[in-house]
Amino acid sequence: MDEFIVRALIAGSLVAAVAGLLGVFVVWRRMAFFGDTLSHSALLGVALGMLLNIGFMVGVVVSTLLVGLILYSFQKQKRVSNDALLGILAHSGLSMGLIALSFVETQINIEEWLFGDVLSVTWQDVLTIAAVMALVVSIMWWLWSPLLALTVHDELAKVEGVNTNSVNLCFVLVVALLVATAMQVVGALLITALLIIPATAARNFAKTPEQMALIAAVIGVLSVVCGVGASNWYDVPAGPSIVMASTVFFFSSHLGRRLL
Amino acid sequence: MTNSDKILATLNHVNLTHGSRQILQDVSLSLEAGKVLTIIGPNGAGKSTLLRVLLGLQQADCGDVKLRDGLSIGYVPQSISIDNNLPLNVQRFVALGGNAGSVPEVLAMLKIEHLKDAAIQSISGGEFQRVLLARALSRKPELLVLDEPAQGVDVMGQGELYDKISTLRHEYGFGVVMVSHDLHLVMAKTDQVICLNQHICCSGVPDDVSRHPEYHRLFGDMPDTGLAVYTHNHDHTHDIHGNVVDSDAKGCNHG
Repeated sequence: MDEFIVRALIAGSLVAAVAGLLGVFVVWRRMAFFGDTLSHSALLGVALGMLLNIGFMVGVVVSTLLVGLILYSFQKQKRVSNDALLGILAHSGLSMGLIALSFVETQINIEEWLFGDVLSVTWQDVLTIAAVMALVVSIMWWLWSPLLALTVHDELAKVEGVNTNSVNLCFVLVVALLVATAMQVVGALLITALLIIPATAARNFAKTPEQMALIAAVIGVLSVVCGVGASNWYDVPAGPSIVMASTVFFFSSHLGRRLL
Repeated sequence: MTNSDKILATLNHVNLTHGSRQILQDVSLSLEAGKVLTIIGPNGAGKSTLLRVLLGLQQADCGDVKLRDGLSIGYVPQSISIDNNLPLNVQRFVALGGNAGSVPEVLAMLKIEHLKDAAIQSISGGEFQRVLLARALSRKPELLVLDEPAQGVDVMGQGELYDKISTLRHEYGFGVVMVSHDLHLVMAKTDQVICLNQHICCSGVPDDVSRHPEYHRLFGDMPDTGLAVYTHNHDHTHDIHGNVVDSDAKGCNHG
């Protein structure tokens, strides 16, 4: 096996497994559009990272957190619906990102950021991704119970002593960290797919919240293996192949459940 | 009667408006350990809002809310819907209240052990109310806040549920504040009743059997089934819109 395939498999699997772990909450809390908004506006972060010379990852984390904060502060008012607000931020973030990228002097391939290029990750990238994913998993370990209580019913959780504001903020932070790493694997436009497709497929087999997260992580990893394999054999783009593989898992999980 | 050591929470002159609509007007009350306070009132009277202000889920425009330091609260909210994509059984749901150790005990106490492995989305509305109460009780609360705890529970079960709440508060000594529409069932188990219609119209000790013309005027939307209500004297009257017409006001303080 070529070494670049090994790197792609490791980087992709790490990101997809963690995406499964976070994705279950995105599904339970009906935040699919929220994921889209964070990841689309991450393109602005890429541009900022390059323009300010702070690296794209820092740029993406900062811009994603910023969008998350704007969303939370706007949620308190009721004049603009949440749905419309998400749409406004998603598309303005994407547009601002594309405009800002046109100012970047060095030659860049926008398609790489929109759809990812996991086959070109370096060992250095793999290490960074592994470190960030380890950080996300440890935050999630600590966050799990309060986040689950809040997901089931936020007011009940609040009365029972969960600090809902800081838990929500931490969740936005881990999603931002995931978006920043997943940019390289499936790109800004397809990150939400990694969050929601494996998680939804896992629902058919899970009896507890923890099982669902673990199964989602496994389906995510299998999707990366199949997607990167297909990309290698048929010479098709890797990011979209990973997403298609997870979609196949999703439909077969429904079929499998009917047959069982 | 009021013993300051037993006071769990007090509301002082709480006011709340939403836009131009007055939701709560100068509401004061105090909650005591071992006592049941029931709030009744027509739809839109601000009953749930009052509970939410007490719980800190909503801010009052003015007036203050004091809870005893470190007060542990068990809360049964009015309605809950849980996403079908969340695989969660009843015992796990109750454990989310933060005291997993007491789950078997409270499920047995409310006679819902048979539901423990059922998916939370699959149980009926009446069963869900008992599960919510179980979660509230699992926290060994000092104060139980119940927003229509018997909704969706069948008539036999309602009596049983209120009985249970009343017995348990004697046993564990927690205070209870609840919003209820089931006047006939709840009255006998209540120490104090507040009738709320934005402001506190009247408050007092429930009586067994009584019909009051004032009461019927205020609660015109209640079915007249000849059920027991409680005797009390209004110190003011309402005009046709339900607004307070000041008579020789005593006790009630309308701003």
